Amino acid sequence: MELFDLTIHELADLLKQKKASSREITESVFKRIKAVEPKVRSYVSLAEETALAQAKKADGTAPRGMLHGLPLGIKDNFLIEGTKTTCASRILENYVAPYTATSAQRLLDQGAVVVGKLNLDEFAMGSSTENSGVGITRNPWDLERIPGGSSGGSAAAVAAGECIAATGTDTGGSIRLPAALTNLVGVKPTYGRVSRYGIVAFASSLDQVGPLTKDVTDAAILLNALAGHDPKDSTSLNLPVPDYTKALQKDLKGWKVGIPKEYFIGGTDAEVAKALQTAIETVKKLGAECVDVTLPHTDYGVPTYYILATAEASSNLARYDGIRFGYRNREAKDLTSLYKKSRSEGFGPEVKRRIMLGTYVLSAGYYDAYYLRGQKVRTLIRRDFEKAFEKCDVILTPVSPTPAWKVGEKVSDPLKMYLSDIFTINVNLAGLPGMSLPCGFTQSGLPIGMQLIAKHFEEERMFRVAYAYEQANKWHQRRPKL
Amino acid sequence: MTYEVVIGLEVHAQLLTKTKLFCACPTVFGREPNLNTCPVCLGQPGTLPVLNRQAVEFAIRAGLATGCSIEAKSVFARKNYFYPDLPKGYQISQYELPVCLKGHLDIEIVNGGRSPSEVNDDKPGKTDGGPGGRAGSPPAITKRIGITRIHMEEDAGKLVHEHPGTRAQDASWVDFNRGGTPLLEIVSEPDMRSPQEAVAYLKKLRSILVYAEICDGNMEEGSLRCDANVSLRPAGQEKFGTKVELKNMNSFKNVEKAIFYEIDRQASVLDEGGRILQETRLWDADKGETQSMRGKEEAHDYRYFPDPDLLPLIVDREWVERVGKTLPELPDAKRARFASQYQLPVYDAEVLASSRGLADFFEACVKEYPQPKKVSNWVMNEFLRMIGNDEARIPSSPLKPVHLAQAMKLVDGGTISGSVAKTVLQTVFETGESPQSIVEKQGLAQISDDGALETALDEVIAASPKEVEKYKAGNEKLIGHFVGQVMKKTGGRANPAKVNELVKRKLSS
Ligand SMILES: [Zn+2]
Repeated sequence: MELFDLTIHELADLLKQKKASSREITESVFKRIKAVEPKVRSYVSLAEETALAQAKKADGTAPRGMLHGLPLGIKDNFLIEGTKTTCASRILENYVAPYTATSAQRLLDQGAVVVGKLNLDEFAMGSSTENSGVGITRNPWDLERIPGGSSGGSAAAVAAGECIAATGTDTGGSIRLPAALTNLVGVKPTYGRVSRYGIVAFASSLDQVGPLTKDVTDAAILLNALAGHDPKDSTSLNLPVPDYTKALQKDLKGWKVGIPKEYFIGGTDAEVAKALQTAIETVKKLGAECVDVTLPHTDYGVPTYYILATAEASSNLARYDGIRFGYRNREAKDLTSLYKKSRSEGFGPEVKRRIMLGTYVLSAGYYDAYYLRGQKVRTLIRRDFEKAFEKCDVILTPVSPTPAWKVGEKVSDPLKMYLSDIFTINVNLAGLPGMSLPCGFTQSGLPIGMQLIAKHFEEERMFRVAYAYEQANKWHQRRPKL
Repeated sequence: MTYEVVIGLEVHAQLLTKTKLFCACPTVFGREPNLNTCPVCLGQPGTLPVLNRQAVEFAIRAGLATGCSIEAKSVFARKNYFYPDLPKGYQISQYELPVCLKGHLDIEIVNGGRSPSEVNDDKPGKTDGGPGGRAGSPPAITKRIGITRIHMEEDAGKLVHEHPGTRAQDASWVDFNRGGTPLLEIVSEPDMRSPQEAVAYLKKLRSILVYAEICDGNMEEGSLRCDANVSLRPAGQEKFGTKVELKNMNSFKNVEKAIFYEIDRQASVLDEGGRILQETRLWDADKGETQSMRGKEEAHDYRYFPDPDLLPLIVDREWVERVGKTLPELPDAKRARFASQYQLPVYDAEVLASSRGLADFFEACVKEYPQPKKVSNWVMNEFLRMIGNDEARIPSSPLKPVHLAQAMKLVDGGTISGSVAKTVLQTVFETGESPQSIVEKQGLAQISDDGALETALDEVIAASPKEVEKYKAGNEKLIGHFVGQVMKKTGGRANPAKVNELVKRKLSS
């Protein structure tokens, strides 16, 4: 195996034993990028020079944390001072960040090396990374297929060995879905666990930062680095952060895993359904008791999400008006046309669709019927989970109804695309932590993921179950052939 | 037809916090454009608001000072609209659930709706002078004006259309220094029935805010802004008429004038059988008229919704109590105390208590010179005139309470006369020198020396043989002539009592 194929914890060991240097690891990653990036296209921008300088500096200083000297990729909706943050949108194509996101700063503080900024669906809106204004990212397991979205660049880069691990953001499943479709571990922490300061907002009450990694241990390590209270984010909770790596245990004796019946009905791809059944059997063999739970408002999740998320997005994206930064139409002769032309030319079609939908659901005559009702349903969905967790420690569900689909397959049908998030969206509405981890492959060799959901601020429970399951399988050790 | 006017006011008060409502930028006025900014108040991508606790404390103070209930839970909402001075594309404001609800304040009205506190007006020299005040002022009636709500919001930046080195028609510039500054919006009930009542309410509110150290009350610099909703209805009718919103009034005088103008305008429209349009009108102080700005049909749909970046604001009882303890004595309480503790006429107490600066000046002076009524006369007549009835000038006034006390002691001790004291105080106000040293330097001390006075009187007697004859024949009124002439000869410095005595002695022999 090459250095770029290894995990954070394996490389940290090598660094500790002086069997590899940060410079060697970083060079290995950039060599890999040169070889596969033309096919995968996961990066929006690369920072080879600064990365090698950071690596050199890391080699000359005492380790500052588990991430010391390790090359990571950052989704291009995280601000890093002095570098471009485009959100894969024309409206921000030349935007240079004036400050650094808290979460990115935490990685830098641990000595992490930043390889570059990763592709995404424009403003993180999408499930396939086809909505990027920069170009489509391909799934390393099958270049004809999408990697999932919106953190598709992050997922593809980690899966292809173009960085050791990456950050993503998850508003309705944007970390978990691409993780599932590329055989990675992806974690959406509890809302409020990781600071949103410096992350370009999509839907403020749903967005959350998290890791995309090659295994569960790496996810625990990366989340340790990201998590914690930030006074700059009023929704960030001031609670101590446990060491997630301590939660990684091998057995599940006495544990109760909830299986919600609403997530195991028709419509899911047969191979995915079968892989999930096998996973449930494995969990039982590890000592856990699987119990039936019910989440009766599951079906309302997708429509509720598209009301609330678009409402917030329409407001969050109002600042891209061509006045202070970003793209401006130079021909406009008056204020109104400056706004109209700059925004029409700067935003892509999916973003515009959502801004219009959000503007509509917030408008005076429709607020009660849509936005307010959406908030009420959101409360019902949250209560569903609270009730279910009276009976179990974690909930186990599929992540995606299908394996990775072909590029272009769902582009013309937004509603079909929106249904890709059907199993992940309610976790965001309820503000719960959720993670995706590999649980098998299709006959044709496409990865399948399973999802674990825990109570608020109880990420450790998902890590425990995920780690025990991972140890019983070797799915996570497979790498795509590129 | 006779109409009844219905007025409600919306007052925006800029809070005296050191930093902005949602970031740590300073709120200092008058700095270089865009110096007081950071990524947060410029609405840069990824930034998030963090609420300024001090601003909340000020909102609680304002609520307590106006008898509002302080809500345990209030919510910040986004008010969405596009404008270049609004960086985020929305303004964070409280909407459905404001921090303070249902309060009131009392205004005093004398006949015709004039309020006694109008002596403290922006027109200088309005007091009709002479120590003694207006002993015969008619009694004031107290009227209670309801306050619907007080909420917090952030201010916008401002557009600059003229900028050195550019042609105004080519470009507009945006200055975000003011963007994000904390404001309170204080909304009254439509309880006022005349422009004078509206001004009395505004003055009382301003006085309370300044007392409580929430706002500096400066209307010209825009730290206190007022919009008025004005409607007319036929006298006796229950239902309100269509209201018009008046904006852009930057002094008490303008508020009064604009409402007067608007009442006349609406009355003539109605008299001619026309209908009042619901609209916003701007007051043009130069032309003395209101002009239509936008009609209701152009009204924005602000698409309010709770700001997901901010948690609901929770204010517990303890916090309210703690803030309550820091609240100073407010105008009404101070007026009552002045009247009883210092035995001042109600009128004096009202004028002095209407401004915290004036009240403090008065009390500091009484400490040095414990004759309250005398001090009150001097403060209300002389000092108010000097500062042009503008309490904002009190802190920078070179004339301090101790100076006034000194001058009055000099009068009592016979060193200077009352009229010289006025001149001396004017000089103190201009130079900041002490009265004692001005009297010495300019040789203003009274002449009580018999020899010097006699010489002067002899000259006067020699020059007025006719008057001497008449006085001796029994016309005692002429004594004034002799005293006056001596005063004139000595430049007002002669001790009048002494001169009096001297005249009697000289001419009776
Ligand atoms: Zn700021």
